[in-house]
Formats: sequence, C-alpha cells, structure tokens
Amino acid sequence: MTNHEQTNPENKNLVEGRTGLWEVVIGLEVHAQVSSQSKLFSGSSPSFGAGPNEHVSLVDAAMPGMLPVINQFCVEQAVKTGLGLNAEVNLFSVFDRKNYFYADLPQGYQISQYKQPIIGEGVITIDLKDGTSREIGIERLHLEQDAGKSMHDQHPSKSYIDLNRSGVALMEIVSKPDMRSAEEAAAYVTKLRSILRFLGTCDGNMEEGSMRADVNVSVRRPGDEFGTRTETKNLNSIRFISQAINAEVARQIEIIEDGGVIDQETRLFDTSTGLTRSMRSKEDAHDYRYFPDPDLLPLVFEQSWVDGIKANLPELPDALKARLMDQYGLSPYDATVIAEDLETAAFYEKVAAGRDAKLASNWMTVELFGALNKLGKTLAESPVSPEQLGALVGLISDGTISGRIAKDVFAEMIETSGDPDAIIEEKGLKQVSDTGAIEAMIDDVLANNQDKVDEYRGGKDKLFGFFVGQVMKASKGQANPGVVNQMLKSKLDG
Amino acid sequence: MSVDKTTVSRVARLARINIDDDRLEPMAQELSAIMSWIEQLNEVNTDDVEPLASVTGHALPMREDVVSDGDMAEKVVQNAPESMSGFFVVPKVVE
Repeated sequence: MTNHEQTNPENKNLVEGRTGLWEVVIGLEVHAQVSSQSKLFSGSSPSFGAGPNEHVSLVDAAMPGMLPVINQFCVEQAVKTGLGLNAEVNLFSVFDRKNYFYADLPQGYQISQYKQPIIGEGVITIDLKDGTSREIGIERLHLEQDAGKSMHDQHPSKSYIDLNRSGVALMEIVSKPDMRSAEEAAAYVTKLRSILRFLGTCDGNMEEGSMRADVNVSVRRPGDEFGTRTETKNLNSIRFISQAINAEVARQIEIIEDGGVIDQETRLFDTSTGLTRSMRSKEDAHDYRYFPDPDLLPLVFEQSWVDGIKANLPELPDALKARLMDQYGLSPYDATVIAEDLETAAFYEKVAAGRDAKLASNWMTVELFGALNKLGKTLAESPVSPEQLGALVGLISDGTISGRIAKDVFAEMIETSGDPDAIIEEKGLKQVSDTGAIEAMIDDVLANNQDKVDEYRGGKDKLFGFFVGQVMKASKGQANPGVVNQMLKSKLDG
Repeated sequence: MSVDKTTVSRVARLARINIDDDRLEPMAQELSAIMSWIEQLNEVNTDDVEPLASVTGHALPMREDVVSDGDMAEKVVQNAPESMSGFFVVPKVVE
C-alpha cells in the first residue's frame, strides 16, 4: 500500500491553514507497565512509592556479573494483551540490547525487543464522541525494561538517581500512523487503557507513570505522501497528548506555510505553556546499536499455551459495549462511557437491575458523574451506592416522586449518603397523585383567582401555565404534574 | 570494510571511551584489519540457513512472579562515588 492511499476520503478533520487544507497524521507509542508482583528480569518489586533505591536488586543496579532471568508471568501478560489487541502472537521472539548512555540507565543498555517482538500486527476499534467508531492498526507490542528516575531539582549542580523503576516490565505498544486528529489519538489511548485494565495486564494509572505515550505527528496535503514527523516524548495524560498534538500541528503548518521544512527530531512537551520544544540536539541519540542480548536465549513457547490464555480472556470493552446496547438499549455514546472501565459497568448494572435502563444511564452519567466531578471524587469514593441510586430511579419510575423532586433527594443523598426512601419520608417529599387532595388544591387556587379564571374562559389560553404553577406551588412541588394538568383542564374547560 | 578516523571517534564517543587524536589513525588501521579478517565469513554461503540465536539448544529459563530481592538500598549505593539519603548523586544531567 502506498502512503497516499491511506488518506481517508471522508476525513472531516482537515486543518485549515493560510494556504489551504492540511491532513494530520498521528502514530502513538504507548509504554504500559505490566501488572506483576516482581520486575521483568529480577525478583524486586515494581510497586510505586517506595523510598529511594529500596526496590532495587543487584541485577537492576547492573552490578558486575549479575544475570537477567525472565519473569514468566510478564510474558503471559504480554501474550494476553496481544490477544486483547486482536494481534498476532509470535511463538519465537528475541531480546536485544538497545545501547545508550544516561545516568539512570546503569547497564548502559536497555533490554528490549527489536526485530522479533513477542506480538505483531493487530487492530483495535476506537469510539468517537459522535457515536461512530474507527479501526486503528497496531504495529507491534514488545517487552522491555524501564529505566530509573533522575531528579534534577534537588541540588544546583547534581542530579539524584533512584533506580526503583529500573528493570520494571513495560509493554511498548506501537500503533500504525492511522490517527487523523487529537480527538482520535485521545480515543485511542482511552480505548487502549480500557482494554489493558479489563485484561488486568496494566493498571493504566497515568499519574503514577504506569502508562505514558510518545506521539509521532506530521502534516501533509490530503492525498500526498507522509510529511516529515516529529516525536514528542513522555506524555502522561490524555489531555497533554491532545494539547501536544494540537501545538505540534499548528507549529508544523506554520513552518511549512512560511516556506520552511520540518526537522525529524525529538521534542518535549512543556506542561506550563502547552507547547512543544526541541530537545537539545543529540546527533547520536538514535544510534542505539541494537544486537541480540547474549545473556538471554530466545523466548519460545507453545501455541497450546497461548490457546489456554485465549480461552480464559475476560469480557473486553467492545463486547461489553455491544452487550450494554443490546441488553439495556443504550445509545452508542452512553454505552461507550459506561463500558470505559469495569467499575463503571458493574456500578451501572446494579443501578439498572430490573429498572428503566435508559433512566438509570442518565442518572448515572449526568447527575452522579456531575456530582462526583464537582466533589473531585472517583466512582469508588461515591457517597451514593449503586443500590441507593437504583432505588431512586425506581421511585421516579413508579411515580412516587417527580424527576424534579428526585434532584433534591439526590442532592441530599450526595450530602448525607442517606437512602432515598428515608429522605423522602423525612422531608415529606412524596409525590401526591391522590386525586382528592389535588382536586382540593385546584379548587382552592381557582377560588382565589376568580378574575384569572374568567380571563382564561374568555380566551386567554396562556393563563393555563399560571394555574399549573399555582397548584404545584401549593403542593410544594409534590403534586403529580400529569394529574394536575389533566384535572385542571377538565375543571377549567368543563 | 575499512574504518576511518571519523568512525573511530564516533564509536569512541558512543562508548564513552576517551581516545587521544594521535591514536585515532592507528586505531582506524587496527580496526580495519580486524574487520577485513571477519569479512572472510562472507565467503560462506548462508542462503538457506536460519539465523542462529543460541548454540546450546536450551530453552530460556524463567522464574516465578514473586518478590525475592531488593530492600537493600544501603548496599546498592555502597560503592557509589557519591550518595545522599539513598539516592545516587551524579553531575547534573538535564535535558
């Protein structure tokens, strides 16, 4: 396939420059930390938050004579991830040394996989905000070691090195250059993160560095060959990925339109300005002198072992989304939001159990998520349990309270974690559907507003709303609006 | 394949080995001689031979996923020229 054939004729994401339209081409390299008890080639812990160099073995510190021994579970996690990405699993793969010099890389090389990775080509489906979906190709996934961490702000002329991350197992997941906008790149990372979390192969915690992305961006005229790309490294949130892409696209278009050329280079994203800048030029940076690691034999396993892993894969986001749409009648957008992680889906299924599924989805994605956002809390910290939210939805459906009153009850639930029944009882918020009580209120309102009744009967139809408002006010909002409307109409017109 | 002075100095820089200017030319000649000796291997026909990854025929040994090491920060930094509160301390390397 030649490059220009990959232009999507329906690409609505073209960017307007001063001299015409530009197409953006994006590929991502995501580094995902393998969820495991110990590191890739040593028996020390990869967990976050230990004191400096506490989770370091003599292997991780690259002491002379230390030899790497691979963690079988990390291999299994990589295979599982490959299967979740609908990718080819290579029964034979090779570990190579990627040589470069840096203070937080004690070996002087990273053990990685180069020409023969454990996982080959695959594909995932991303879900866009307008409810549509697109397929994005996966180029490969390989296992590699993480490096240590340097701190440059502790001392005026020294850097402090902590090797706790040194040797932690990473999966580098490389996409094909299939994305055409920052939104698609964000949707790709969101989906990848969901898949990894459903599989349990990476916790997807971007704040703690369990997932980071390098973004390759170039621009071209629609239909042209690929332009020269830049690589912006080490982005640790989906928001930063979007910002870095948009900044890079604007920068590249401006340079080309001014008659310049793009340098193929590595750039850094400055979170304070939202812009990218060139890393100090290092002509040798990409001369990694890969060669097979003589300390490690090739990684070989049986197809039957892969089949066993495949047989035990959990339900993945796409299957869950399809089931939510099918079983609960949710829209693609709502289903995507709820299928993003397992906790959300489990919460939803408890809220919706035996109730109006659509109403349950609205209350969860609009009211509950809105309230949690305001409180800065996660779903796991929600003051309202799924059973309580479900009960509230049930009370709306059976007419015990109106949707408007439900919002007051919900606000109280968020505040006190109380049960909706108790709150309604305590505050006397039960919706009045009793026709006798409503009729008395209507009679009262009509008697007190005889002049308006005459005007209405004289043809001023618009006053109907006034009467409804008066009755609802008299009932403190608790009268069933449907019953009020119906009875008023028959009394006024009858 | 012959190795010139520029290549020698680049490889030396990548390997963090200091070579004085007057040693570059002799080093280039020595390396060129070694390379041409190795190039004799090109005479062997390897058209139908798979690349050899190991001569032992053993499988890659693996270990269980358990924490069995670490928790020795003091030992890890013991030989460092400079350390501070468990960290290695090195000349500032900032990008």
